[in-house]
Amino acid sequence: MQELPKAEHRSVRVTPNGKNRVVIEKDLSSEEMILNMGPQHPSTHGVLRLECKTDGEVVVEAEPYLGYLHRCFEKHAEMVDYPGIVPFVDRMDYLAAMNSEFAYCIAVEKLLDIEIPRRVEFLRVIVSELNRIASHLVAIGTYAIDLGAFTPFLFCFRDREHIMSLLEWASGARMLYNYIWIGGASYDFPKGMQKRIDEFITYFRPKALELQRLLTENEIFVKRTRGIGMMPADVAVNYGWSGPMLRGSGVEWDLRRNDPYSIYPELDFKVCVPDGRHSDIGDSLSRHLVRAYEMEESLSIIEQCLDKMPAAEEGFNPRAAIPKRIRPKAGEVYGRAENPRGELGFYIVSDGKSTKPVRCKARSSCFVNLSAMKEMSMGQLIPDLVAIIGSIDIVLGEVDR
Amino acid sequence: MMLSNYFPIPMSMSLNSWSDALSQWYLFGLPLGLVVIAAIPLVFIALYALTYGVYGERKISAFMQDRLGPMEVGKWGILQTLADILKLLQKEDIVNTNADKFLFVVGPGILFVGSFMAFAVLPFGPAFIGADLNVGLFYAIGIVALEVVGILAAGWGSNNKWALYGAIRSVAQIVSYEIPAAIAILCGAMMAGTLSMQQFNILQQGEYGFLHFFLFQNPIAWLPFIIYFIASLAETNRAPFDIPEAESELVAGYFTEYSGMKFAVIFLAEYGSMFMVSAIISVVFLGGWNSPLPNIGSFALNDWTTGPVWGAAWIILKGFFFIFLQMWLRWTLPRLRVDQLMYVCWKVLTPFAFVAFVLTAVWEIYM
Repeated sequence: MQELPKAEHRSVRVTPNGKNRVVIEKDLSSEEMILNMGPQHPSTHGVLRLECKTDGEVVVEAEPYLGYLHRCFEKHAEMVDYPGIVPFVDRMDYLAAMNSEFAYCIAVEKLLDIEIPRRVEFLRVIVSELNRIASHLVAIGTYAIDLGAFTPFLFCFRDREHIMSLLEWASGARMLYNYIWIGGASYDFPKGMQKRIDEFITYFRPKALELQRLLTENEIFVKRTRGIGMMPADVAVNYGWSGPMLRGSGVEWDLRRNDPYSIYPELDFKVCVPDGRHSDIGDSLSRHLVRAYEMEESLSIIEQCLDKMPAAEEGFNPRAAIPKRIRPKAGEVYGRAENPRGELGFYIVSDGKSTKPVRCKARSSCFVNLSAMKEMSMGQLIPDLVAIIGSIDIVLGEVDR
Repeated sequence: MMLSNYFPIPMSMSLNSWSDALSQWYLFGLPLGLVVIAAIPLVFIALYALTYGVYGERKISAFMQDRLGPMEVGKWGILQTLADILKLLQKEDIVNTNADKFLFVVGPGILFVGSFMAFAVLPFGPAFIGADLNVGLFYAIGIVALEVVGILAAGWGSNNKWALYGAIRSVAQIVSYEIPAAIAILCGAMMAGTLSMQQFNILQQGEYGFLHFFLFQNPIAWLPFIIYFIASLAETNRAPFDIPEAESELVAGYFTEYSGMKFAVIFLAEYGSMFMVSAIISVVFLGGWNSPLPNIGSFALNDWTTGPVWGAAWIILKGFFFIFLQMWLRWTLPRLRVDQLMYVCWKVLTPFAFVAFVLTAVWEIYM
């Protein structure tokens, strides 16, 4: 056990720009208390357990303990054939199942080296961007609830409901879709789907603005999140952060742009990073803002996709390119995609004989993002700890796998 | 005092003469009629208002959030709260093994008593008052501080770290916010020159209705009014100052370990305090049971709507208006942090309360 810093050192919290200076118990050194937060706590977003060492309201140290939702994904993946893994992948990040499937299929397709029909690529991008919006809505809504605002949460879930019905229409399932298959997709879009997506976009734009006015521009919300949980860009990179967390620290890194896959090179979209006008770069508010901006970008990506999408030819079958028997040649591959929570990668090893992978390792984005929890939570107040956990936007299904 | 006696309007006349007749009823020389009239607001109004305050909160929050709220029990779920109370009454009474049993049991009781004892001095009409103390306002402010003891007993007795955090936060918060609240109320007392709750109402009576209210009698009365409203939110642990029970931080704060009827008692005490502070703010600044409607020419709206029953209706309406404001804020705003809460109290509200105090004093002396 390393020695704890002296009381007066940890009681003074100063944000890097010198604003929001809070002095608590300046010279008072008091007894420390172990406080167990979770696994059944309203704001640990599932079954995360934090063992906090607290001095009054100040968290001296918070150590995350994981594994309460461990479901042996990687071992299971060695027991099932390649297409059978897709439903398991859904259950990893259950809030962004489409994106997870997309990442897994990219990895296997890389190993197989097969060509995907162009229309299928568009289907995939549209559903995964829709799912990205849904996932960000959950992230923003639960973040609001962490900070005590209940109404934005329900507004977010109301809007997410529309996306879920859209995806249900396309795939038959509301949450765990099993829609993107290796080499194709399970179904083509139903007739009239494009019109309904268009309707959703026109419905959602004003709602996003309403959410922004209700939550993001709220003075109390800004006061609670600005300068909290600072993460400088270099430290973030060293921790291996990705996704909105890394962009919140001001690093312009987006796999859709930096390691493009599918049809993303043809699309015009912005990589959202905070400009430092509304937030301190690297704080919880920046990460929230990145998510909010990204929803807007995803809407524009979907619009472009709907414009460019080739019409379904007579007898178009999204399953046409799916290999009858998936047995990749011996080798290994790492395929990755931009998940709503960051880089989701799959490292797959094939021995060339079996229809099952020898090894399937998932590189989970929020597991990596969560690893910085200890550093970010040092010397924060308990309410700020909640604000920091919320800003990481963890899905324990993906953290524990 | 009862102007409606001089302006016999059928509707108000029938209502008022009923209560007037009742108050004249003596049994063996005891004013039993008055006791009945005083008991009506305390038992009937308080409990029913609370039950429907809970229902109202659920419906109002539901409509703000694009939901329907309770719909199953009774028409539009109107019996939902009664069903909830029945359920809570039947629940097993759980006391933790390691809890301090005495404090654990006594805590909700003190909380409930502290909240409801203040109802004794709330005037619900010219005749509807439990006890017209000459220090009624002072008593109301003082007796609410008893809640702190109950909260601390509940939080400490639970033997739960989250409950302890909630209790300590709550005590710090309520004790701090008593100061701006009391100073703001003092501004009202200066305008009235009395601490009797009934006198407050009588002083704000008049044919121009709302123009006689203290809020409109003094150009700076809005400042203590707003200060008291904000401080009362904190005193009753309502959002955005609900940090003692912050469900996303402290699970449920000081009542984490409570269930069954003890939980219901704590819950009712919260709604009781909500109504209590709302009634106090309406008595001190908005004329209590006086009608806000002015007499316009031959339309003697003020006179038509004055009287014992009208009075009770007015103060309950005003109270519910502030309860609605509290709910509106609760379902809109995020929660402040502990240190921000203290900042608001000591660096914003208290100095402004002093400013309001001095300005009101100057106005009262020279104007």
